[in-house]
Amino acid sequence: MESSVLKVENFFANYGEGDIVKDINVEFERNKVHAIMGPSGCGKTTFMRCINRMHELTPNSTVKGKIMLNNEDIYKMNPIDLRRKIGMVFQKANPFPTMSIYDNVISGYLLNGIKLSKNEKDQIVEESLKNAALWEEAKDILHRKGTFLSGGQQQRLCIARGLAMKPDILLLDEPTSALDPRATSKIEKLMVELRERVTIILVTHNIGQAARVSNYTAFIYLGELIEYGATDKLFTVPKDKRTEEYLTGKFG
Amino acid sequence: MKEKNLKYRLIKDKIFFISVVLMSFVVAVPLFFILYFIFKNGFSILSIDFLTKLPAPMGELGGGVLNGLIGTLLLIIMASIMAIPLGVSVGVYLSEFKHDKFAKYVRFCAEVLQGVPSIVLGIIAYLWLVLPMKSFTALAGSVALAIMMLPIIIRSTEETLKMVPDTLKEASLSLGVPYSRTIIKVILPCAFNGIMTSVLIGVSRIAGETAPLLFTAFGSPFLNFNILKPTESLPLMIYKYASSPFPQDIEFAWGVAAVLCIFVLALNLISKGVAKKWKVQF
Repeated sequence: MESSVLKVENFFANYGEGDIVKDINVEFERNKVHAIMGPSGCGKTTFMRCINRMHELTPNSTVKGKIMLNNEDIYKMNPIDLRRKIGMVFQKANPFPTMSIYDNVISGYLLNGIKLSKNEKDQIVEESLKNAALWEEAKDILHRKGTFLSGGQQQRLCIARGLAMKPDILLLDEPTSALDPRATSKIEKLMVELRERVTIILVTHNIGQAARVSNYTAFIYLGELIEYGATDKLFTVPKDKRTEEYLTGKFG
Repeated sequence: MKEKNLKYRLIKDKIFFISVVLMSFVVAVPLFFILYFIFKNGFSILSIDFLTKLPAPMGELGGGVLNGLIGTLLLIIMASIMAIPLGVSVGVYLSEFKHDKFAKYVRFCAEVLQGVPSIVLGIIAYLWLVLPMKSFTALAGSVALAIMMLPIIIRSTEETLKMVPDTLKEASLSLGVPYSRTIIKVILPCAFNGIMTSVLIGVSRIAGETAPLLFTAFGSPFLNFNILKPTESLPLMIYKYASSPFPQDIEFAWGVAAVLCIFVLALNLISKGVAKKWKVQF
């Protein structure tokens, strides 16, 4: 793959006892949606957290192997710089409760002490909210607290917050698992629109969601990458028997 | 279930409910009696003059509590300046590194400190500051009070910070915000109301303390703004005037007690308001 933005080589991760992620080799392409699916506890979230080094918050975590962002080893980068390039959206929407919607969007700049003019701020807020399909609903209540919004809106606000930093990659960790079906479908639609602007890596345990939104799908089982390929191929003619069993609901 | 059995259970429930309410009532009654007596005996003496004048010599009529009022404010402000930054920092440490061995040790110390009798803290401040400086000072008094406030602020900062969801810390870190900024700009603002409440409760706790001031701030009949001089405070005034043989001094003491009570009650009400106004919805 020529346009690969993130390259993972022989990657292992563990939290002190036994590898949770085992020997993963995978490449993620620029401006595509990649779904990582697998049963609960298979290590998909751990793997994702290793991509922006959020796993380091857990004591005793160690990794082996390489993850290259634009040919730069992320484990040799400063995690603070890395996380500005790789944004993240979490399972449960977590807007900053003390900040307005407006401030939430530019919180990456505010909290990092990056000075912006009023014009730049307005522009970033409008653009990010538009990209997150929240502008129409939020433009008249920008001064309200972020937590005033509904769950689905809050999650889109978190996506806007991530996009505002203009990251290379946006990591989405089961972003719809706490949402109702309508809010879920909005976010799925959003993911499809976003792939023109940003590389998305989506962790999901929802097989249907992976099929609907992603260009590429990875199937992880017991910490191993079982299969990785174009979503339409993986879903129609899986190469591995375990993938087929998972897709047909035999386990997971 | 048998009819009789059910009836028996219902009666048991009733008895339980009534006894709980009764006990709560028993707890509330003394407070009302205390307030009633203080205001009944002290209200008549309260006036603008009482708040804005210096006391008359012992045994004489008239005078006010200005020196005590200013002294108490001075002591409280200085104790807060010392205890708040220290207490909040320790609270942050305890909630952020809860499993550290050292954190467990510090938490234990804070608990023990809370149980140390206040007069002992006065003796400590006396040994640390009054003896070397060869003078009773407001500074020594406020150090003793600050040590009293510390455990209150530490414990409730820790408790409030525990309520802030970890996901907010993750959200901030994932935006590339350094850890220190995450704590100062995301986590602490979320806990602002709890910390503020604990500060106010701490202040209202030390406002009425006499014992730690007896041989530190010592008291003074003059208006004093110098932290290196002996200073009067409201509880010290109550202590002195209430033990006087003259009836007008006893009345004066009731008046001071009323002022102090109003002050503490106001602080408590404010802290309730603060807790409500800055409540953060997660």
